[in-house]
Amino acid sequence: MSKDRSGDRSGDSSADFKRELTQVIPHLRAFARGLCGRADMADDLVQETLLKAWAARDRFEPGTSMRAWTFVILRNAYLTDMRRNRFRGEYDETLAERILTAPADQEEPIHLADLHRALLTLPAERREALLLVGAGGFSYEEAAQICGCAVGTIKSRVGRARATLSAMIEDGTVPQRSSGDKAAHRAILQELDQVSTGNRKAAMR
Amino acid sequence: MSEARKDHRKAASKQPGDKERNGEQREPGWAAGLKKLYDSVVEEPLPDAFKDLLSRLDDAGK
Repeated sequence: MSKDRSGDRSGDSSADFKRELTQVIPHLRAFARGLCGRADMADDLVQETLLKAWAARDRFEPGTSMRAWTFVILRNAYLTDMRRNRFRGEYDETLAERILTAPADQEEPIHLADLHRALLTLPAERREALLLVGAGGFSYEEAAQICGCAVGTIKSRVGRARATLSAMIEDGTVPQRSSGDKAAHRAILQELDQVSTGNRKAAMR
Repeated sequence: MSEARKDHRKAASKQPGDKERNGEQREPGWAAGLKKLYDSVVEEPLPDAFKDLLSRLDDAGK
């Protein structure tokens, strides 16, 4: 494979890149919505991600996963924005209208809004691990690559995230709107330093 | 659902540590909700702001 380091890609490969980028936007929006509570902020984050991805398109290797590549960018943008305290942890109540149909083995339906609120109280690194594996359908190995950490670490984070959410749901301690979001925000800031260290390495590759 | 099954499910979810070490983690009952939360956003129509942004990318690439 030849690499043109002199600058512009050919029109074809730019078009390919853009097509692939367009295809992952819905997934970027879903990941971002899971990370931050508000839909408008999540979409801002995705737009920022798209611009960064476009600017860095020469570094994307065709044939590799565009979704994984852009998730790394989105994740970094999110952590940077969290540092600047841009996300206030406000919750988008439009999701509260949606009610999850009860799974076969469960008597009581879970409100998606409750689940999302519970998710937002998790430390950032556990929340993203659970989102990647439990919602985005990434393997542990892929999630580890995205987060720039070991596979065992991802497994542990997913396990802890699931345990916490299960306990909250079963004990009925899913936080109410505002208090829970503040708790979520605090938790996020607490763990931010640890998370961003491994994450930057992954992004700079 | 029988009481026995319910108890089993509760007991299982309280001991996640054992599951973690096995590598194969059992998905809790709300796991489908998490996927649904994600999929519900994936299936949303793309807001115009993204189409605008994509068209601006075209210009920037030329």
